[in-house]
Amino acid sequence: MTEHFKMDAPATDRRLDDMAQGLVGAPLDRPEGPLKVSGTATYANEWQVDGMVHGVMVRAPTNSGRIVLSNRDEVANLPGVLSVIQDERLLRNPAQGTANQAPVQGAQHAAYVGQLIAVVVAESFEQARHAAQSLQVVLENGELMPVDPVTAAVEAQEDQALDQGDLEGAITGAAHSVDVTYTTPSHSSSPMEPHASIASWDGDDLTLRGSYQMLKYNRNELADALGVHPDRVRIISPYVGGGFGSKLGLAPEAVAAAIAAKELGRPVSVALQRQQVYEATMRRSETSQRVRLAADAEGRLNGLGHDARVSNLPGETFAEPVLQASHFLYAGENRQMSMELARLHRLCAGSVRAPGEAVGVTVLENAMDELAHEAGIDPVELRLRNIPEKDPESGKEFSSRRFRDALESGARAFGWSKRPGVMERREGEWLIGYGMASAARINVLMDSQARVALQPDGRARVETDMTDIGTGTYAILGQIAGEMLGLPRDRIDVVLGDTDLPPAAGSGGSWGATSSGTSVYVACQAIRRQLAERLEVEEQDLLLKDGRVTYANQTKALGDVLQGDEIVKLGYVQPGDTSEAVRQATFGAYFAEVAVHAASGETRVRRMHGSFAAGRILNAKTARSQCIGGMTFGIGMALTEELAFDPRDGHVANHNLAEYHIPVNADVPQLTVELLEERDDWASPLQAKGIGELGICGAAAAITNGIFNATGVRVRDYPATLDKVITGM
Amino acid sequence: MQTNLMINGTQQQLELDPRTTLLDALRHHLGLTGTKKGCDHGQCGACTVMVNGRRINSCLTLACMHDEDEVTTIEGIGQPDNLSALQKAFVSEDGFQCGYCTPGQICSATAMLEEVKNGWPSHVTDDLDGQADLSTEEISERMSGNLCRCSAYPNIVEAIRKAAGEGA
Repeated sequence: MTEHFKMDAPATDRRLDDMAQGLVGAPLDRPEGPLKVSGTATYANEWQVDGMVHGVMVRAPTNSGRIVLSNRDEVANLPGVLSVIQDERLLRNPAQGTANQAPVQGAQHAAYVGQLIAVVVAESFEQARHAAQSLQVVLENGELMPVDPVTAAVEAQEDQALDQGDLEGAITGAAHSVDVTYTTPSHSSSPMEPHASIASWDGDDLTLRGSYQMLKYNRNELADALGVHPDRVRIISPYVGGGFGSKLGLAPEAVAAAIAAKELGRPVSVALQRQQVYEATMRRSETSQRVRLAADAEGRLNGLGHDARVSNLPGETFAEPVLQASHFLYAGENRQMSMELARLHRLCAGSVRAPGEAVGVTVLENAMDELAHEAGIDPVELRLRNIPEKDPESGKEFSSRRFRDALESGARAFGWSKRPGVMERREGEWLIGYGMASAARINVLMDSQARVALQPDGRARVETDMTDIGTGTYAILGQIAGEMLGLPRDRIDVVLGDTDLPPAAGSGGSWGATSSGTSVYVACQAIRRQLAERLEVEEQDLLLKDGRVTYANQTKALGDVLQGDEIVKLGYVQPGDTSEAVRQATFGAYFAEVAVHAASGETRVRRMHGSFAAGRILNAKTARSQCIGGMTFGIGMALTEELAFDPRDGHVANHNLAEYHIPVNADVPQLTVELLEERDDWASPLQAKGIGELGICGAAAAITNGIFNATGVRVRDYPATLDKVITGM
Repeated sequence: MQTNLMINGTQQQLELDPRTTLLDALRHHLGLTGTKKGCDHGQCGACTVMVNGRRINSCLTLACMHDEDEVTTIEGIGQPDNLSALQKAFVSEDGFQCGYCTPGQICSATAMLEEVKNGWPSHVTDDLDGQADLSTEEISERMSGNLCRCSAYPNIVEAIRKAAGEGA
């Protein structure tokens, strides 16, 4: 019953274009929308589980030493308290995305301030919260560990180093060059739903209702952390209140809930407090990035250098892949790149929306703007002149790449030709500037499975443990199935977020839609073939639409063909040769109009436009929303977002939504988005690529480049807060 | 301690720990989990409900402070088969992605439209005595107490404008 498909060759048949239902690409409403707008979609900490009690986690107040709970017995005797648990299986930090095994564990020693080292469980939430706050955590024999990425010991990441040609020579001989260093601070994903888990055991079988992005991995991570077989673990996560990377890997609250529930023999709910989300989930690493560009008199690059330093905790291999798109976005035969990882004791660094490109492309795009200014070339024109014919390092062809079109079309849509000169336009107290930047993000296909059942009543059911974290999975999987099986959208049921269902790629790395979508497509193709067999025709000769089958000049109701039978197929997609044969990425361009206050240096984004090319668009409404979301992350990155670390012990000084400033409604103008029509045969049989992160991959640079255009000030230390802007004015 | 609350038109008599916030009373004691906990500190707006017609952050107030008050939560605004104009507009304009901040956004917007109707000015209203227009600037300003990390803000503004135009 399993239909395997390996992506070894370009899918030039473009079968979706042959279908008749008209669902794929259409801007349909999310099917789960009515549940979400009425508060009836069930998120992790909302399941009503009989006998459930509440756990609140406790933080380490410093970053080293042995942890002692000095008044443990006293706290254990507080009213309602059931247990004070400090267990060696507690996670030191969350697992990285796709880790598939437990991260470093242990509750005896602290590695960073805020590490969750115990959980207090009580009958009521109020009792647990009071008890957790009453617990005195003492650290013995600790001296503060290094927390500063500038002075901490570094490890060179040799596998990311590149030395091609002679960059120094290219710079020496260049008509125009820049050599600039930018810094970006740590960022927090800050999903609106704090991480939460409800654990309940039935004998040796654990059910965890959690808020996670990648369930098949999370199940193995949880099983590994607890020392049980993965078959004993089920994770249910049908609705996830935002992830942005922070819920890729298993987080501390899940293990705490599972341990407590086992010990007490009762279901236990553990929800992280907002401060704990900031202190003990994931941060994007701060970066220091040096970019060197060498160009001829016409602005054609012949040298490109990008060197980055990022950081992480000891024992963590993840290093923010800053250089990812610098390898292929622009031409230039002389190239040098390097990466250093500083070891320090801030909270764990991991994936935050578009790890790598979010900050790497941003800084590259700032440097390109500096080069454009230096060379006296329009920034759009500079980029157009430097689109490489082939991958400038591997020599591979690109798959689909409407980069040039995005730049040109975006410029037209925005009105780029009206761009003022530097410090040229002023409206009252506001200095007005235009800025632009390119967008680029690698494209990836991952293993994914889905089961599709075509039922005798002419409905279909799609089942997979894929998640919908706001990305639109419920919408697009139903659209793909409906398109392939010729069923209206309301006759498709999509069931997600349960490890009892076939394992999917999960939501992350922008690969969710294409990977899980392809598994649905593959299953539906197998169903179509079976229908064709029944009718003794070729699959290509079937026309399926509105629950009817047309073939060889006949039309039948689907039910009459099925005759009471159900056809069930498991679609299983695996990446193949096309991943390596060509360079696959998504591209785009951002344009922003900013106003900078002449007296205060405050920047407001007045207008912002994005033109993007990401293969076939599966749902124009949800895809646009993803782009808007990414661009808004860019606004935050440009102007306000920064995790502030105390220089002494590395604690997060702004561990809440009042002080870590994500954009609010008034910070975001009515963003406009253009999705360019594209088919990428190399990416997937859907001809689709990922789009969930493309909107952030360079967006901040459009704004900071606009600030330069308005004021002549380059802020090379993100975010461009008013104090930094006014200093240069 | 005993607290009487009129929630979505139904009288509820609750015996609560006095430390229980209105938010936790709804979520933990009444099963009304449509009201969300995003920060528990009045910073995000996910827990917005209406008390006696006015929008408040239910995490910042204790349930026992609301004896005999009328509370309207998202469940009282409309259910999937009977959505309010605003809820429908949030669906059609894609005024959400993950959906977690959405009940708070909708409770907030429902009360906000009443505030506008009643002539309450905002920080960006030019004429303090007149009726504010539902411009993008006005809606954005008045909705800035409700954070949305998916950043559906432009769509939220469109949804509110659409619903207001239909006389929500």
